Amino acid sequence: MLGLNKKDFQLLLIVAVLALLAPFILNPFPEGSGLAQFNAGYPDLMQRFVIFGIFAIGFNILFGLTGYLSFGHAAFLGVGSYAAIWMMKLVTLNVIPAILMAIVFGGLFALIVGFVSLRRSGIYFSILTLAFAQMSYALAYSVLTPITGGETGLQIKATDSPILSNLADGEIGRANLFGMEMGSSYLMNVGNWLFTFNAGYYIAAIFMLISFYVSIRIFRSPFGMMLRAVKSNQQRMNYTGLNSRPYTLAAFVISGMYAGLAGGLMVAMDTQVGPERMFWTASGEVVLMTILGGVGTLIGPVLGAGMIKYMENIISKINDNILHQWFAFMPDGIEDFLVTIIHPFIGKGWHLTLGIVFMLVVIFLPGGLVEGGQRIAGWFGKGKKADAEATDTDAGTKPAE
Amino acid sequence: MDAIILQILNGLDKGSAYALIALGLTLIFGTLGVVNFAHGALFMIGAFCAVTLQRLLGSSRTIVDETQKDFLGNPLKVEVPYVHDWFGPEMGASIIAWSVPLAILFAIPIMMFVGFAMERGLIKHFYKRPHADQILVTFGLAIVLQEVIKAFYGANPIPTPAPPALTGAFDFGAMIGFDPNTIIYPYWRLIYFAFAAFVITAVFAFLQFTTFGMVVRAGMADRETVGILGIDIDKRFTMMFAIAAVVAGLAGVMYTPINSPNYHMGMDFLVLSFVVVVVGGMGSLPGAVLAGFLLGILESFASMAAVIDLIPGINQIIIYLVAIVILLTRPRGLMGRRGVMED
Amino acid sequence: MGILEIKNVSKNFGGLKALSDVNLSVEENSVHAIIGPNGAGKSTLLNCLVGKLIPDTGSVTFMGQSLLGRKPHEINQMGVSRVFQTPEIFSDLTVFENIMIPCFAHRDGAFQMNALAAVTKQKDIQETAEAILEDVNMLDKRHMHAAAMSRGDKRRLEMAMCLVQEPKLLLLDEPTAGMARADTNNTIDLLKEIKEKRDITMAIIEHDMHVVFSLAERITVLAQGTPLVEETPENIKGHPKVREAYLGEAQV
Repeated sequence: MLGLNKKDFQLLLIVAVLALLAPFILNPFPEGSGLAQFNAGYPDLMQRFVIFGIFAIGFNILFGLTGYLSFGHAAFLGVGSYAAIWMMKLVTLNVIPAILMAIVFGGLFALIVGFVSLRRSGIYFSILTLAFAQMSYALAYSVLTPITGGETGLQIKATDSPILSNLADGEIGRANLFGMEMGSSYLMNVGNWLFTFNAGYYIAAIFMLISFYVSIRIFRSPFGMMLRAVKSNQQRMNYTGLNSRPYTLAAFVISGMYAGLAGGLMVAMDTQVGPERMFWTASGEVVLMTILGGVGTLIGPVLGAGMIKYMENIISKINDNILHQWFAFMPDGIEDFLVTIIHPFIGKGWHLTLGIVFMLVVIFLPGGLVEGGQRIAGWFGKGKKADAEATDTDAGTKPAE
Repeated sequence: MDAIILQILNGLDKGSAYALIALGLTLIFGTLGVVNFAHGALFMIGAFCAVTLQRLLGSSRTIVDETQKDFLGNPLKVEVPYVHDWFGPEMGASIIAWSVPLAILFAIPIMMFVGFAMERGLIKHFYKRPHADQILVTFGLAIVLQEVIKAFYGANPIPTPAPPALTGAFDFGAMIGFDPNTIIYPYWRLIYFAFAAFVITAVFAFLQFTTFGMVVRAGMADRETVGILGIDIDKRFTMMFAIAAVVAGLAGVMYTPINSPNYHMGMDFLVLSFVVVVVGGMGSLPGAVLAGFLLGILESFASMAAVIDLIPGINQIIIYLVAIVILLTRPRGLMGRRGVMED
Repeated sequence: MGILEIKNVSKNFGGLKALSDVNLSVEENSVHAIIGPNGAGKSTLLNCLVGKLIPDTGSVTFMGQSLLGRKPHEINQMGVSRVFQTPEIFSDLTVFENIMIPCFAHRDGAFQMNALAAVTKQKDIQETAEAILEDVNMLDKRHMHAAAMSRGDKRRLEMAMCLVQEPKLLLLDEPTAGMARADTNNTIDLLKEIKEKRDITMAIIEHDMHVVFSLAERITVLAQGTPLVEETPENIKGHPKVREAYLGEAQV
């Protein structure tokens, strides 16, 4: 189906169902219950799941396949965002042209950066991409203020009147898709549950599914195989008559376009952009997502992005009062002790939790969550797993002779 | 002319910090072959050693002073640091004032221990794994360390002044024959530079003139051969990691009066220090030092008003720009060796 | 005029003369062995042929075209394949993928943006790859990860990867080094078989005289960066200059 083998198609189908039903799945706890704070089914967070999912999928095409570790990918996301917001300020508030511009500009910038950076490999490549991204950040922050809005960034203001959108005088434009506003939501009450179906989320989710589909096709294509060959043995590749440079550059540009798309979607959802989006920590974040989920796997980056964004939102919202509620059943002394122990890891300390989880993954699970899942699956059905793997990756597990 | 000298001087202190961090990074890379993204965190831990000592020395007990009254007429409560009790008020006060230089002594054993624990506990298990894994795990460690510091010390910068005797500035211009008040330079920055120069010289001398250093240098050149000679090179490399940690930590201690330490200072310096190492040439110690000072001074030149007028924003990007140009024209950096990280 | 002409090639590393004034001509459809003691410059010569090194002076022409200044992938696309002393394969990929990559390189050239087509739909490539795996008796190992194979298998795989491109000139850098005698004989048979099946020129660097005398039609002896003798196998045995070069190292 759709040019995919059965296994990949099933995966795509599962992701599609999960994405479309996310408002239900992510809201398992009734409103007002003690566990409601673990619900993630609100539009803002769901949008971030899919948008960062796209970003990580794109990053994985570069890092997962070719092994080139870029530390400057946020720059393409930022450039995409700026392109999109200018499109909306000047031309139309419809999100489609803005998103297309974001992809184009993300790709173009990646072409320039990649053309230069890919002359080197290994740590030198990482430093070069980092240098380019930091330069973009510094310029967006200072000299390019007329284009980027400097420190305050850009928003859609009452004074903006895009030529193709009929706005009343002084009306602040809102992003829409042929009239359907991104912010509009349909609320559904079922018993104590409240489910939110947000237009913006579904548009972003559709883009994510398309991105995911394209990435599966790339992974299974001759091009994808060549990228894995780059990672495995560049010398042999060259002596086999293949020019590795255009392959890596193409992968770099594709992942830049993915980042641009993510940046454009961010603007479409929340019409503003600031230079901090390009800071190197933002580049580091996508690295974390990809590794955490499982580098080089299809579904890993999406999982990683979801996990980090979930942690960011949920763990950072937990505070000492909530902890006291949880441990209220315990004797006072133990309760206080537990709260004191956990305190540094929650609220503003969620980065600490993230850092520890990330280190544990790199040390014990180099294949990320996907490898973790496979191991757990392995404990349950050893015979089955071997079968599944053989058909999955076309790779048997026969020992060397 | 005086403006140029002023900029060179201004670049020296930042350059010193870059050079010290880059030196440690290169030592670790050259000996252990590990790309250590947590090195900035070591710099930061050093700085917080100074903060900790300042707080320890300042820890006090409260006494009620009947001779003084507050504005309500009640007896005044006075905080008396313990060091005042032990050494007398005058001596005690100056001990507290000199907490930053004293922190050097305090930081050395702590940084030794941190470096030792890091290498034995974590880095050692990553020698055989790809460079990307080393970068990632040390990157994770850097996040953890900086968040731990944040949990203990908060997110705000903590002022840690230099001793009063060493604050203030002097007129360097008048000393070397320029008009007075053209080149004013703070004492502490000069001290920082001198300190950095001392530490760098000490490290080079150590590597050059001791047997230990000789073995380490041999190991940097060819690890396997030294192993064959029956020398336990790993033990020495652990030691080298601890020394690199101390160098970074001391750089942090002494930097506190220049910029009040905060939890993300390590990451801020790390990114630039990596650029410095790559510009200097991966694995070249003199290259790291040279590039550190060079980029520090270049950055300070680019911050001159005249230069910014000419090329707006150049001060923000000069280091990265130089790094890109150097990497493209001299792939091995200024003084890089052949065959280091070229695959 | 041979298919490969090496004229006056010299290469220095710092003060070290690796090659000095090498002249060599390899006849089309012949098997030409280059032998010589360690450090004679054999590997340097090979590196100069495939674009890894650029000679300081002299010229290298393949089928009338100069190879100097060309990148390794360009030289390969002209029809020169190389088997390395230690097998260079894609160890993270499966055996079948290892074979398919040169197939794609042969069919599509140095770069093709084939990003949305499925590998499994490329029937012609699949068939070619299966055929060559059949030839080298590795069809049953097609799903194995290349890294998990034995050293001998890796060599055969690398050879198959080169052969599937139907090169005009195959360069073999000690194809049997470290192999057991039985494996060596298999390799010799394989190479002989290939030679019979199609038009191919081979240049072999080898220490094992058994291999050299089983295969070679011409032999060049290299010592200290210069060719000493070029002769047929019959005439090379007992040649005084060769004895001198080896000091009895080779049992000829």
